[in-house]
Amino acid sequence: MSALFILILISLSVAISFLGAFIWSVKDGQYEDDYAPSVRMLLDDKKADDLKSTNNQTNK
Amino acid sequence: MEQTEKFHYDNKIVKYFAIATTFWGIVGMLVGLLAALQLIFPALNFTEMGSQITTFGRVRPVHTNAIIFAFVGNGIFMGLYYSLQRLVKARMFSDLLSKIHFWGWQSIIVAAAVTLLAGYTSGKEYAELEWPIDIAITLIWVVFGINMIGTLIKRRERHLYVAIWFFIATWVTVAVLHIVNSFELPYSLLKSYSWYAGVQDALVQWWYGHNAVAFFLTTPYLGLMYYFVPKAVNRPVYSYRLSIIHFWSLIFLYIWAGPHHLLYSSLPEWAQSLGTVFSIMLIAPSWGGMINGLLTLRGAWDRVRDEPTLKFFVVAITAYGMSTFEGPLLSLKNVNAISHFTDWTIAHVHIGGLGWNGFLTFGILYFLIPKLWGTQLYSKKLANFHFWIGTLGIVFYAIPLYWAGFTQSLMWKEFTAEGFLAYPNFLETVTQILPMYALRAFGGSLYLIGALVMVYNLIKTAQTGEVKDEYVEAPALPKMHNMGQKEYWHSVIERKPLMLTLLSLIVILIGGIVEFVPTFLIQSNVPTISSVKPYTPLELQGRDLYIKEGCYVCHSQMIRPFRSETERYGEYSKAGEFVYDHPFQWGSKRTGPDLARIGSKYPDSWHYNHMMDPTTMSPGSIMPPYPHMLENEIDIESTPAKIRAMQTLGVPYPEGYDAIANDDLMKQAEGIQKNLAESGIKTPANREIIAMIAYLQRMGMDIKVKENISSK
Repeated sequence: MSALFILILISLSVAISFLGAFIWSVKDGQYEDDYAPSVRMLLDDKKADDLKSTNNQTNK
Repeated sequence: MEQTEKFHYDNKIVKYFAIATTFWGIVGMLVGLLAALQLIFPALNFTEMGSQITTFGRVRPVHTNAIIFAFVGNGIFMGLYYSLQRLVKARMFSDLLSKIHFWGWQSIIVAAAVTLLAGYTSGKEYAELEWPIDIAITLIWVVFGINMIGTLIKRRERHLYVAIWFFIATWVTVAVLHIVNSFELPYSLLKSYSWYAGVQDALVQWWYGHNAVAFFLTTPYLGLMYYFVPKAVNRPVYSYRLSIIHFWSLIFLYIWAGPHHLLYSSLPEWAQSLGTVFSIMLIAPSWGGMINGLLTLRGAWDRVRDEPTLKFFVVAITAYGMSTFEGPLLSLKNVNAISHFTDWTIAHVHIGGLGWNGFLTFGILYFLIPKLWGTQLYSKKLANFHFWIGTLGIVFYAIPLYWAGFTQSLMWKEFTAEGFLAYPNFLETVTQILPMYALRAFGGSLYLIGALVMVYNLIKTAQTGEVKDEYVEAPALPKMHNMGQKEYWHSVIERKPLMLTLLSLIVILIGGIVEFVPTFLIQSNVPTISSVKPYTPLELQGRDLYIKEGCYVCHSQMIRPFRSETERYGEYSKAGEFVYDHPFQWGSKRTGPDLARIGSKYPDSWHYNHMMDPTTMSPGSIMPPYPHMLENEIDIESTPAKIRAMQTLGVPYPEGYDAIANDDLMKQAEGIQKNLAESGIKTPANREIIAMIAYLQRMGMDIKVKENISSK
């Protein structure tokens, strides 16, 4: 039944990497504000003016 | 004042994926409808008209793969490419990668459809695609990953909204699942054998299978739910905190639930229990998510009345709640004993597929298409019509199948007062539920009509507008946002945490797997039952035909330890019987009877006639006829390569056997030919039917012989 142990090993490493991501996200302060993000995503982006668009397009 | 940057969101790529999900959705549903009708009218397999590629065994994998990877897959990418850019306030990392991702994925879909119909299949459900396509999927998935993580790195919004977390988890886990389950040994340009055998293969397959549901059909769509539902109703999600808890608890629990697909099988008891326990625990986060989604509509229920998008969302989220309640229920051993191998499972997955994935996709399309094309929806009336006929379609699809599942299972298990099976003929339990199959096809047709109306509506909508990249501005993110780290390496990790953890995980896993899997598995293939012998070359060829024709779609090879099953099929299946089965063929559905011990149950001539036309031996049978097997010649040129591949996988053929294997093959074939001739059937020995008969007559014989001597 060795496949079982391989799967457990792999599942554990996935779980541990998720745990790492979780610890990172908490330490990074991702969850310090658990209200504003839900409202912020509703706001539409500020439309840039198409006429003046030529000089600042570095991020296209 | 902060410096703002101006940039475009890439809307064209979203448009492409939107068109793709719509197109493949219709294709996948049409194929599904064909499969549903084939169960009622076997003539629709078209084999009598000379077609070899349209049997149910090949059509059904095309349906499942098209719906999962083409319809839902493109649906994921559509919603993800739209929402991710806006959530992180950045254009996708690379337009080139976006294009490679799109066209690569569509090519994979086309290649999948062609090869599956042509009979190139790995024989593992929802992972049927053969090794070259598996490699292509891996590459395109990496392209997608780099594109997504690259976008995250250049983001202008520090906070990662919960939807993004769902997307990341999807990418990581699907990558791992796909790689682990696709470990196979090619023996020709398009064919391979699974590296794992028997119980091992089953375990890996259903670990993959369940997580494919979890991380392909669920987590990415939850990400979409957390973006599009608040957007469509213009209200923040009910509880952002709950959404975070939903995410983390869901991903930590999901990955352990796979073994619930193998209850009462030859898998160790503790692994089965582990799967059940985690499945039950999953109710909590799933329902938390459902409640969070539905309550986002609080105070806005009046808008559900006028907004087709919201209607679709409400039904989708409700369907998510229903199937995530039903899933754990089906994971209980006592329920599973009844539900497994029946249409109950099919009904269950279609509540998820038609309700959750389908309706969420439709809702997003009705929201997104007018937005992308900068116009208004052509007709709300038609969208409402789609909603009602679609909902009705789900009801007409699911209820008859639940009924069929209960009915058939009860008939399988019923004993007379004398202690005999009440319905010893399996076919009786099939013909009984045919009216339910007809109703299911009717429900599916309603659903498809709704989808076609949507296509018309969306095309009309798109004709009045045009897709333009959205030109926006947003403040740049301060370069260093960590809080006073001193060491250099540390700050690098702080800045690129995702990239590093994810990519390193994948690298480590690939390395680990390549190193460990072969050594581990070949060791454990040493048989625990000494009478279990490798397949003869002819049987092996027959087995490959069994896989090619997708027999596993309707026939199981796993007799569970219930009296109702041992009475009907014989001794229950033992783990040691499957050690040479690359891949395993346990199946998950009994549209036809279990075949684990079909060997020697009928004479060769019975199989010959039955394969030619099943109704001659079993009047009323809905199995497709396979007249071409009587004509096609066995591909004996492949025998040596197959034997060598099996040897590499640890099957103990003597050294140098590949060179003489075809001699044995012909000898055995001539034996069967002689047998058939005695029953008045004349056939050349080198026909596929001969190999098929050899395999069918072998099944379950390894330990059946002993049993016959000792107990009967």
